[in-house]
Amino acid sequence: MTALLEINELKVQLHTGRQPVRAVDGLSLAIRPGETFALLGESGCGKSMTALSIMRLLPEAGEITHGSICLNGDELLALPESAMREVRGNRIGMIFQEPMLSLNPVMTTGAQIEEVLLQHSNLRGAAAQTRILELLRQVGIPDPARRIKEYPFQFSGGMKQRVMIAMALASKPELLIADEPTTALDVTIQAQVLDLMRNLQRQENMAILLITHDLGVVAEIAQRIAVMYAGEIIETADQESFFQSPAHPYSHKLFAALPTRKKRNQKLIVIQGNVPALSHVFTGCRFADRCDHAWEKCHKIIPPWVEISPQHRVRCHLYPEHSVEALSDIAHATTDNLPASVDAPGLDSDNLLLNVNDLKVHFPVHKGLFKRAAGYVKAVDGVSLQINHGRTLALVGESGCGKTTVGKGIMQLITVTSGSIRVQDEELSKLNRKQLLKKRTEFQIIFQDPYSSLNPRMRIIEIIKEGMQALGRYSDKLSTQKKNEHNIDTLLMQVGLPVEAKWRYPHEFSGGQRQRIAIARALAVNPQLLICDEPTSALDVSVQAQILNLLKTLQQERKLAYLLITHNIAVVDYLADEVAVMYLGRIVENGRTEEVLDAPKHPYTQALLSAVPIYEPGTQREVIRLQGEPPSPADVPQGCYFHPRCPHVMPICREIYPATSRFSATHTTYCHLYHSVSQEPQDFQ
Amino acid sequence: MPFHPVILWTDALIYLLLATGIILGIYARRHEHMLASWRKVIHSASGMSALTILLCFILIGLLDTIHFRPALEQTRATGENIYSAEVLSVFDLLATPLRSQMEKTYSAPLSAHLYAKQMIITTEGEQVWDFARLTFGGAHLDDPRTELTSDIWWRSVSGAGAGLLIWAGLVLGLGSMQAKQYRTSFFRIQTAIWHGTTEVPWCAILITLAVILAMGGAVAALTTHYHVLGTDKVGQDVLYLSLKSIRTGLVIGTLTTLIMLPFALLLGIAAGYFRGWVDDVIQYVYTTLSSIPSVLLIAAAVLMMQVYIETHADLLDTTAARADLRLLFLCIILGITSWTGLCRVLRGETLKLREMEYIQAAHAFGVSHWRIITRHILPNVIHIVLITTVMDFSSLVLAEAVLSYVGVGVDPSTISFGTMINASRLEMAREPMVWWTLFAAFTFMFALVLSANLFSDAVQNAFNPHSRTLSNDSARYLKNQNETEEMASPDKNIPRT
Repeated sequence: MTALLEINELKVQLHTGRQPVRAVDGLSLAIRPGETFALLGESGCGKSMTALSIMRLLPEAGEITHGSICLNGDELLALPESAMREVRGNRIGMIFQEPMLSLNPVMTTGAQIEEVLLQHSNLRGAAAQTRILELLRQVGIPDPARRIKEYPFQFSGGMKQRVMIAMALASKPELLIADEPTTALDVTIQAQVLDLMRNLQRQENMAILLITHDLGVVAEIAQRIAVMYAGEIIETADQESFFQSPAHPYSHKLFAALPTRKKRNQKLIVIQGNVPALSHVFTGCRFADRCDHAWEKCHKIIPPWVEISPQHRVRCHLYPEHSVEALSDIAHATTDNLPASVDAPGLDSDNLLLNVNDLKVHFPVHKGLFKRAAGYVKAVDGVSLQINHGRTLALVGESGCGKTTVGKGIMQLITVTSGSIRVQDEELSKLNRKQLLKKRTEFQIIFQDPYSSLNPRMRIIEIIKEGMQALGRYSDKLSTQKKNEHNIDTLLMQVGLPVEAKWRYPHEFSGGQRQRIAIARALAVNPQLLICDEPTSALDVSVQAQILNLLKTLQQERKLAYLLITHNIAVVDYLADEVAVMYLGRIVENGRTEEVLDAPKHPYTQALLSAVPIYEPGTQREVIRLQGEPPSPADVPQGCYFHPRCPHVMPICREIYPATSRFSATHTTYCHLYHSVSQEPQDFQ
Repeated sequence: MPFHPVILWTDALIYLLLATGIILGIYARRHEHMLASWRKVIHSASGMSALTILLCFILIGLLDTIHFRPALEQTRATGENIYSAEVLSVFDLLATPLRSQMEKTYSAPLSAHLYAKQMIITTEGEQVWDFARLTFGGAHLDDPRTELTSDIWWRSVSGAGAGLLIWAGLVLGLGSMQAKQYRTSFFRIQTAIWHGTTEVPWCAILITLAVILAMGGAVAALTTHYHVLGTDKVGQDVLYLSLKSIRTGLVIGTLTTLIMLPFALLLGIAAGYFRGWVDDVIQYVYTTLSSIPSVLLIAAAVLMMQVYIETHADLLDTTAARADLRLLFLCIILGITSWTGLCRVLRGETLKLREMEYIQAAHAFGVSHWRIITRHILPNVIHIVLITTVMDFSSLVLAEAVLSYVGVGVDPSTISFGTMINASRLEMAREPMVWWTLFAAFTFMFALVLSANLFSDAVQNAFNPHSRTLSNDSARYLKNQNETEEMASPDKNIPRT
């Protein structure tokens, strides 16, 4: 079978610094018509550069220095720019990561799709309109006749991505390049979009080049997989053999770094070190410095392609001779086991660290000349949580459900509308400014984006000192200059950074290191509760493993309690003791991790969990497809908030918000499907 | 003492500005992020050429700022010196020939005769209706009609030659200094400079310097015997007027910014940071202020000031002090009316910054508002302040010219581009036209504003975070790759339980 797209020995250089960066270094791949080919790799490995080279849309600093890219036999790199415009959007479609940024906000969606048709087809006027409607219907946008007259801001994120897909499909391309198409979307929406892509591919018989870092997404739709590392492909395989027996040590490590429940009591395996600088020329295997199985040969000779099976090739010196023992070695590589956490039975009141009761945060919507509050966005609408000393509670939910607002409300970063927050049995709202300041040493927060959570104009020592200085006046400890510096050194060592790091500026550190600094800053005031707001979602899998290990170690050393705010179920499974699932500002289900994740009761929890892509081979699952998107918290539906999307909706759901249903001492949900308990539980009232 | 130092109000403020500049320079040297941006400015060829020209202007302006009153020849009975009522500057002293060689009235550039015919009594005692010879311009020539051109050529060429000689000295000095610094041979440094491979674009700077020095040399050689740019109505040398105008332009351009900065910074950041009613009040204030026609406001304020000065003449002992006060007042009123733009920009930026997670983190630590503003917000908006300051400079120089032309600008006795243009306004209409006053004002102002604009472009490119997204991203990208050795295995450092 001839390949649709064939890339041969592609080399791309970026001329930004003193030395050119070899972003892509000798990449070859072939995509057959109608197949989904996934290019898998961590950030900075050159996968997006590959996609942009195919479209010939490299940034100014980028240059293709070598290689060929053939689409159906036509050499794309030899085409003049005018002919290339015919290829873009016509024979190759592309969808990008951020649907919010890839549509023009001042054009209606219809006009934007029409633009593509005008460029690449003869359809005009009514015929074009019919085609646009057909396309929108094809990508599953309800009521397309009305929607084509609407502007992008009237669409939600998932809908925008559908419009993007419709635009890419408008001229029936032979190849669709999808650059992280679902990374910016929630799991339930991601499931919808992946479904759509799969169906469309079947209908149109087009090839998809999927660029992603997410093993779950790869497992969902890819047929063939290429693993990219430091600018080149190190392993290609079909889906089945890749997930059953990954060959390259790097692929193994990627799987091992994923958090799962089985690894709860262990440290996650991390890949030592960092991706090598792409500015120098490699003399051996690129992964050799970080590989546990590297020997002399790996550092000296660039490994050739070794064929393991007809569909499975790898670039590693372990093959074919050493494969068996090495593989088993990796599979059973034991890491240090952490002492099993003591399973504290339930929640008992004297051990209670944080007790949030009926927390409400409503943001007024101002309208009119005098800015009178015309309505409220109920971001958080009655949330109750309890966390014991040294335990981890995960707050799970999709974006916009108010979980971050809960965290900020507890931190007193935003004004709480009503409800009580008690830390160590002290009501925060009753404290005056000074008392609250003193109290702040007991709970701290870590943010999601390590790039915006450190002031770029301050050195690390100043960043860490800031909290100590602001709160130090009120602590009993003597805070002399010297002792402070000593404390900072200890802290940096504790989070795994060298002491010299304190004299540097944040931009000198990578994402994972910045997150460590943010953790050190929070720990500097010696808190007992750490609110972690999506601590790893901006990081790569291998770096995520490092941070999760760190959080786990710190918890054991310092008896820290965590409020883990996340949408990543795998992280919850690995780290959390209890889980609370949030939907539209309310908690719909909570309980111990194994209770909630193994036997979810609320239809939303069930759908959420089923939408999470699973990468483990052999497991089959029924994905519950949710209809539509979460309603706006400014205009919540009557009755159960979930009823417009619920597959089990009953008449009563539209009328009354369900009461508590209790399954065990810890596991409760709010759903009419189950018998409700007549009175509120009395454990902690 | 042969002189009595005088420090006018604007002088004091310029000294203050200079000191602030030096302190900021020291601060920037110690802070990597500022240093990196300034390095980018230094590496820009057009920016550095512009800066070279700008520095020449600033040098003249500074020389013109050091004021004093010279002692008169006669002394008091007690032996004390009596000081002249005229306030002079160091620049005046250097340009004494320019200042003192006054003609009767208009004369064209490099001319030996007056511009208008008049009745002359010749040595023979008869009256002739002709162009009179100038008192100083070309006075050394016996027959200007035949000697003038060759004399001018000779003088300008030798002057330019002297200028280039100085320049060659500078090139040699720079070369040997660089050679010493980098420890390479002198010739290698020279080839590097002229091939444009040095980090600092010395080639561009030296070419600019060559042009300036050659022109300066030629002009200097000519000024002793000619009026290079002619003379004005009362016979003052136009070149002298133009050079004196530079200080006025610089004062307006810089002091106005200095006066407006506290308003813009304080109110802009306060509005963005505190939001709520503080924001409302500040927004209403600047919306109201920017809807008043500023020319009218300035006119009203300046006229009031004028009346005040006239009625309180005893408060100010010299005319220079009086003119200076009016100049300062013009700066203040321009500053008060022009802070709204920067304020609005700062408010927007602060609104964005206050949602940044590092500021949230600071809130979580209970850091005080004042500390958050000074340590987190201010350093992160300083690039905007810098860009706006440099860009506003040129528009303020132009604004002064317009206001003085309208008649509400500086004191008529202050020499400025605006008063020069105003004076030449009527002469443009006469036949034959007196064009050189306007031409001189135009050329000098153009050079000043153009170099300021080019420099501000370079500053903006270096400091604006949006204009360097690509290189920034790739820097971060590189950083991810280039982890240092000692950080290679972070997890090994975690103490295990």
